[in-house]
Amino acid sequence: MSQPLFKFRKTGLQTTIQDLGRQGLQQYGVVVSGAMDPFALQVSNLLVGNGRDEGALEIALMGPELDVLSSAVIAICGADLSPAVNGVRAPMWRSFEVREGDRITFGRPLSGMRAYLAVAGGFDVSVDMGSKSTYERANLGTVIEKNMVISGFNVNGFHGLGLSHTDIPDYNDPGYIRVVEGPDTDHFTEKGIESFYSQQHIISPESDRMGYRLKSAEIPHKNGADIWSDAIPFGTIQIPANGQPIILMADRQTTGGYARIATVISIDVPRVSQLPPDGKIYFHPIKVDEAQKLAVKEEQFLRILEMNVKDAAD
Amino acid sequence: MISCDPVGDAAIRIKFNEDVTPTLNRKIRSFCRRLSHQAVEAIIEWVPSFDSVTVYYSPYHMSYETIRNMLLELASGDMLLGEDTKMLVKIPVFYGGSAGPDLEKVAKKSGLSVNEVIEKHSGVDYLIYMIGFLPGFPYLGGLPKELATPRLDNPRSSVPAGSVGIAGSQTGAYPLASPGGWNLIGQTPVKLFDPDRDAPFLYQAGDKIRFVPVSESDYRTIEKQVHNNTFQVEKEVIRNEQPSD
Repeated sequence: MSQPLFKFRKTGLQTTIQDLGRQGLQQYGVVVSGAMDPFALQVSNLLVGNGRDEGALEIALMGPELDVLSSAVIAICGADLSPAVNGVRAPMWRSFEVREGDRITFGRPLSGMRAYLAVAGGFDVSVDMGSKSTYERANLGTVIEKNMVISGFNVNGFHGLGLSHTDIPDYNDPGYIRVVEGPDTDHFTEKGIESFYSQQHIISPESDRMGYRLKSAEIPHKNGADIWSDAIPFGTIQIPANGQPIILMADRQTTGGYARIATVISIDVPRVSQLPPDGKIYFHPIKVDEAQKLAVKEEQFLRILEMNVKDAAD
Repeated sequence: MISCDPVGDAAIRIKFNEDVTPTLNRKIRSFCRRLSHQAVEAIIEWVPSFDSVTVYYSPYHMSYETIRNMLLELASGDMLLGEDTKMLVKIPVFYGGSAGPDLEKVAKKSGLSVNEVIEKHSGVDYLIYMIGFLPGFPYLGGLPKELATPRLDNPRSSVPAGSVGIAGSQTGAYPLASPGGWNLIGQTPVKLFDPDRDAPFLYQAGDKIRFVPVSESDYRTIEKQVHNNTFQVEKEVIRNEQPSD
């Protein structure tokens, strides 16, 4: 049985519900959506005893204000947007209990762009085409509005589980973003490729869940930017005719028509998602097998965390 | 020659390196059919396009080298063998009027009368090469050359759902309201994408679409039927058609 959980006194800048997205329907043109930072989403779910793919609140930069309508176990992971309960700083990357009558607020962004608030048992919101993720353009998922009440399948679980501080990502130091080159490398001049990997790129304010536009010294093409429209995974970097790269993010379309110079490796996608406008990045190419070793290591980390949580719950 | 390339660490593109033709589309369709018969935990989904297929997979379950070899093996042998069933989907369209504000421009550009444009546009069974851009948005091949019209210089900030348009040598229909630069020549009352319907999509890549002209009053009637969920889109099965390039 689900029961009313939170009332949105304020919605915040861009608060949506996100899980790991609508998978399996890209061949029909259905946008995947899902969490911009899949690592923080999955950890937030695991810390409250949920499955990794459960829907959580994705909170961008300016957080919402929530009245707690019934006691629940929650965890807040990802960006540090100064979360507080009744005005007292709340823990991050750790599950804790909130009680009926509490007020959850967010304040100054201290690091990163997007926080995830998971609740034990998950939110009782519509599942559209296999996912709870909000994708407003196609009327999929739930749009959060002021004064809305969101319910949850309240589970009176354990709490106090947290991530070791050495495992918490540092969003203030993104460093190099690692990429796998191609597949349209041959569309760019040698100079263009060199310039892409040697220069500092700046995140444009016109960046959103669909894509991060970069301000860069122009990356020239050999014979135009257009390709036959083709698939664009999360983190693929396409360069249109103006020579300014776009990193395709969670709400990207399923296919794109501009040459793809490289794709951000899976474990570095969250580091891009947590970069604010005017953030600076460099790209560094690595081999696909190296990228996959890193991806496997992270998957193992999440699987071990999942097992540890299960043990703690027993 | 088929080639493979990584698209990041969790996707691989299989490129057929052939001209974009109905024959290549048939090969791509047959490759996707072979993929759908595989039960491999690593494979998440795939996206066919004009000249390639991209497979999304989990690197935790399968390395790039392993999936590459598996897919190359899958793409070997005669890709044109075997029965090839597809659907012809008939989409009613009201041409012109407020539904097709660019119809006269297309006519003027082609040197044809408005009626000739409608006749030519609705006289072709268009092959759906791929679906992308929006849920259910078909990239169609086969537009009569004389109807080709460049995109608008200033894209509209909102094109209504169901709009049928022409952009360059392509024609297509918008399943959802969206900004767009296509020349709009008509509109269908049918919902090309409806997440609440049992079958949210009316077609898939490889099927064909025929636009059937209807009057404004027929448009209104069908619109009501669509609203009441009583309208059935007409479909025909096409079997083993030989591709003609």
